[in-house]
Amino acid sequence: MHYIMFYIFATIAIISSIRVITARNPVHSVLFLILVFCNVAGLFLLLGAEFLAMVLIIVYAGAVAVLFLFVVMMLDINIVPLREGFLSYLPIGGLIGMILLVELVMVTAGWVIPTGNLLATTTHDLPNTAALTNTEELGKVLYTRYVYQFQTAGIALLVAMIGAILLTLRSRSGVRRQSVTRQLVRTKANSLELKKVQTRGGV
Amino acid sequence: MTWGLMMTELPDFLPVLPEFLLICAALGLLMAGAFLREGKAASDVIGLWAVLFMTVSGLLVVSGSGGNITTFNGMFITDHFSVFMKILILVSGSVTLMMSLPWLQDERISKFEFPILVLFATVGMLMMVSANDLMAMYLGLELQSLSLYVIAAYHRDNSRATEAGMKYFVLGSLASGLLLFGASFVYGFTGQTEFDGLAKSLAGVDKASMGAIIGAVFIIFGLAFKLSAVPFHMWTPDVYEGAPAPVTAFFALAPKIAAMALLVRVLTGPFMAMAEQWQQIVMILAMASMILGAFAALNQTNIKRLMAYSSIGHVGYALIGLSVGNMIGVLGLLVYLTIYLVMNLGVFAIILSMRQKGRLTEGIEDLSGLAKTQPLMAAALAALMFSMAGIPPLAGFFSKLYVFIAAIESQMYVLAIVGVLTSVVSAFYYLRIIKIMYFDEPVETFDKPLSRAVALTLAASSIVVLGFFLYPPPLLMQAEEATAALFPG
Repeated sequence: MHYIMFYIFATIAIISSIRVITARNPVHSVLFLILVFCNVAGLFLLLGAEFLAMVLIIVYAGAVAVLFLFVVMMLDINIVPLREGFLSYLPIGGLIGMILLVELVMVTAGWVIPTGNLLATTTHDLPNTAALTNTEELGKVLYTRYVYQFQTAGIALLVAMIGAILLTLRSRSGVRRQSVTRQLVRTKANSLELKKVQTRGGV
Repeated sequence: MTWGLMMTELPDFLPVLPEFLLICAALGLLMAGAFLREGKAASDVIGLWAVLFMTVSGLLVVSGSGGNITTFNGMFITDHFSVFMKILILVSGSVTLMMSLPWLQDERISKFEFPILVLFATVGMLMMVSANDLMAMYLGLELQSLSLYVIAAYHRDNSRATEAGMKYFVLGSLASGLLLFGASFVYGFTGQTEFDGLAKSLAGVDKASMGAIIGAVFIIFGLAFKLSAVPFHMWTPDVYEGAPAPVTAFFALAPKIAAMALLVRVLTGPFMAMAEQWQQIVMILAMASMILGAFAALNQTNIKRLMAYSSIGHVGYALIGLSVGNMIGVLGLLVYLTIYLVMNLGVFAIILSMRQKGRLTEGIEDLSGLAKTQPLMAAALAALMFSMAGIPPLAGFFSKLYVFIAAIESQMYVLAIVGVLTSVVSAFYYLRIIKIMYFDEPVETFDKPLSRAVALTLAASSIVVLGFFLYPPPLLMQAEEATAALFPG
């Protein structure tokens, strides 16, 4: 059952990732990308990494890909001119890709999973995997053992936010903004005026 | 024992105090900048406070120096090496910030976010230097890079600056991706992310596994990009030329020192067991950088572009020290970086004051006749250029001498020969600047007066460059102590 599911997810993931780069319509590319993410999430589930699977769906499919879709639809990118020169770059790009592929194949082919001494080389005491869930374990170490990394990541995100504001915010004149203070100090006395209107006299 | 119970005690904060202070300062200044009245004064005041906090942080770094201390479960390390490197980074950060404040005012592009981003970048660099774990390494690097991407595009109304920022961002993210890919390989094949554990596990196996080697190679490539070593240098000339001059000055100094520190720590620490493999790679990087740095700079007319190629060349010389892979080599590298820092601070002080009739100039030809119009400045620049070319008895000669000696003592003659030949070639373009200053007719004079920070920096750096040969022991002793921390026993 596991094997069947693995091959289904893996095949769809590979086919749709090829479609991501071959699709003519950029919107289709993004939709295929979402399909890739969903299938990879399925693969993670098979591996027992349910937290990663959910994060992948929420962050990538939910946020990043939707953002992509937004940008693609708003900018109306025509993909055909971008494809020009594809053939002239193909030889060198293909060569580098092939070298990388051969390297990776060599690495994984030469990977002998050590029997027994894997336990001897790890320095941490191994938890009882049957009794624990991924999410719970991550929660236990995220704010304790890895608090340094967690805080640093937070600061990096803050820097990204400052950068986005610095590079895009423009102060324009003549924009009507909501001013809460002004709304609050407005009283009945200085904004409402009662006028006696004569009958049939008009204002 | 479960992890949860074991880890509830608070980690030791004393070693991270300098970084902690800088982060708190940056957050506080950010608040001050956001709520204070927008204006000329606000950004200047915040800039000065940032410089002050960097100085205090530097004092904390010095006062905290001791033996090897790790904290946060071994993720963060302070030792003599980190102290040495952090001082270099803080000096380059605070001096360039000090020089850039009046420049940005003159250009009317000063904003309070600039010093804050410089502060955040500096914190990232300090974290890189102290990283003792693959994840801590990546996060420090990314904090630094993100801040640098933004300040490269800081002058957003200038199309060249935005192009520089964009280029740096796209290529930098690719490099970060490569580095992460390598880190995941290393983790996958060893089961470790901490440097101490990695060193043990890689030295334990009689031959480091193929996967770990490929991972290490990817990590080297990612760091070589940040160093702008050839063939990962493509972004450097464009970014240096496009970014505002103070940003270029900052880019040429602090990030390179931090990346070099990280590379040295990673290669001599966890990956020391595979020294045979990485020595070849670093050697090729060094030779290619020296050659390209020498030849590509020959035809440049823009001084910032020239400095970009010059910095590529200098990275090559410094990498000689690393590729030797022993104590003498790393000692040479540290001395090289320190003198590189001093020389470049002086040169960028002059680049920052290249202004004719209120307009910025960047051409090398604009320096013509400087000896007649501003003899002191010309003399200082001449000394700095002679030093960069490696003419004895100036400081630049000694920095090259130490790395070449290290290469020769380890029988790496090819490296030494290429180094000497390329420094002869590069002497051409350094001396050409001197020729233009002294023998060409003046076209137009630079605007006086120099800002105080620029004048002081220029004076200090030329005095150090001229007088280094009289009394080198202070630097050598500190560098030796720092190197000893990396090679225990």
